[in-house]
Amino acid sequence: MTLQDASSSLEFPRIVDVGLCGMLVTFSNTLTDSANGAALAFREAVDALGLDGIMESSTSLTSAFVIFDPIALKREVLRQALSELVQDRDWETAGLPANRVRWTIPAVFGGDVAGPQLEEAAGLARVSTEVAVNELCSNPLRVMTLGFAPGQPYLGSLPENWAIPRQTGLTKRVPVGAITVAIRQIVLFSTSTPTGWRQVGVCGFKAFRPEAEQPFALRPGDEIRFRSVSWQEYDDVLARDQSGDGGAECEDLR
Amino acid sequence: MTAVLSVLRAGPAMSVQDLGRPGHMGEGLSHGGAADREAFLEGVALLDQTVECAAIEMAAFGGDFTVSKDIRIALTGAPMVATCDGEALAWNASHLVKAGKRLSIGAARSGVYAYLHVGGGVQTQPFLESRSTHLTAGIGTLIATGQELPVGTDAKPNDVNKMILPEPRFEGGTVRILPSVQTQSFSQDVLERFQATVFKRSPRANRQGLELVFEGEPFGTTDQLTVLSEPMVAGDIQMTGEGAPFVLLPECQTTGGYPRIGTVLPVDLPIIAQAGPGDELRFRFVEYDAALHSHKSTAQRLTEMTAMVSPMVRDPHDMRDLLAYQLVGGVVDALNEAD
Repeated sequence: MTLQDASSSLEFPRIVDVGLCGMLVTFSNTLTDSANGAALAFREAVDALGLDGIMESSTSLTSAFVIFDPIALKREVLRQALSELVQDRDWETAGLPANRVRWTIPAVFGGDVAGPQLEEAAGLARVSTEVAVNELCSNPLRVMTLGFAPGQPYLGSLPENWAIPRQTGLTKRVPVGAITVAIRQIVLFSTSTPTGWRQVGVCGFKAFRPEAEQPFALRPGDEIRFRSVSWQEYDDVLARDQSGDGGAECEDLR
Repeated sequence: MTAVLSVLRAGPAMSVQDLGRPGHMGEGLSHGGAADREAFLEGVALLDQTVECAAIEMAAFGGDFTVSKDIRIALTGAPMVATCDGEALAWNASHLVKAGKRLSIGAARSGVYAYLHVGGGVQTQPFLESRSTHLTAGIGTLIATGQELPVGTDAKPNDVNKMILPEPRFEGGTVRILPSVQTQSFSQDVLERFQATVFKRSPRANRQGLELVFEGEPFGTTDQLTVLSEPMVAGDIQMTGEGAPFVLLPECQTTGGYPRIGTVLPVDLPIIAQAGPGDELRFRFVEYDAALHSHKSTAQRLTEMTAMVSPMVRDPHDMRDLLAYQLVGGVVDALNEAD
């Protein structure tokens, strides 16, 4: 494949320029766990390249993004390096980044305060609220990307019946810790904002901790599993744990 | 004891800004920082200090301030009427403000973002190596009336009455753009019409970005894109659901799902940020090499500006003013001033 092909081809992976200082490597135009894994693995490999002039890297759901200093690092040189790296291996099976962790987070689902839209969301997913909560909690979900707000995770993928749309209107404001669903993903809100995602639960885990030494609690590739608890247990947990973890337990993933 | 800057009256959108905190896009935090980086650097150059010295950004309206000790200030960005105890202060210049005097800054005469720099910088608590308020991320808050801002130690407390001529950028104009993530999804016709269209800033504008209004058909992509959210940066031009452009500024979200037709060159971004209501904006695609040629690193740009800083020149019939000023300000470098 020539460099020209790599830029203009509609094949994936695809390398696209973003203005003067950005380059985007996209692995798919639809979200799958493997395309997301490819983006995460590729970004780690880009960082490992240690090219002078790369200012920062990040990932979206299915892409890795590089911001570079165009004076220190010629665009052609970066493109060549990324192009070679793309072809170096099958990124969809390359494996997720090292040092990942899994959080198990106590959460309250349903009810006017914790999950005012659980019934509506469950209806769209064609299951009862009980089954809905089971489905949301049964499997660990991957932090597919952090974005929109600082430290805020997009978690996936939920079972296929959760391919439900966002609501057309906006919820005026969801609290920090809101557990919201749409398009087979959960967003765990790190700030209190308006949103089109439906709130089904709440937890005490703060994904963004501006006062902490490490303000970002999660990294892409980490996993989250929610554990449905009663208000009573939730209140007890939060009374004991002021760390921002909200009573969550953390284990290393190998 | 270092000085304290007291805010006697805060404009509606004043915040502490420096060059922001790059390096955290992957964690969902956009760079933030001064909306007009050029103006921020002009202040750094005028006071001959480092880019770590944070300033007060004032959107459209200034405020009233007083200081506990004599401090140096510099005024840059969107020109506003400024006075110190009723005496006019030149814009794009550095001044001494004596302890207890009232510094008043009015509304922008053109442009949007103005900067009040202080010698030693505003010393609020840094977060991730920056003092920039990032409202959308919940980092810091707007400056409020009654607030007292600590001022850092000034390395050159007597170096004042300097001026700089800013690059014109406060009345709109043509900005240069390069392709962005989805530029290829727009037809050649649409790209050409986009470049031929005159845009104006809509009232929907803040540090996240600004919406543009125009006459004519919306700018749609050729196929109905189901765009997955992709990383975005300041300067990206999104086409929203209605096909109207929205240009992103430093406090934008880190990812976005609307197709992007192009990205404004960093060097032209201040023209966008400073476009006031009614100012006309046009876009023109340029070749990558031409864009690179006009690009300067922050350090390069600051060096250039520092070389452009000169002693304040005054009109001959302002001489009486000048004398008074020197007496008040205690400036002894009169020969230099009178040249």
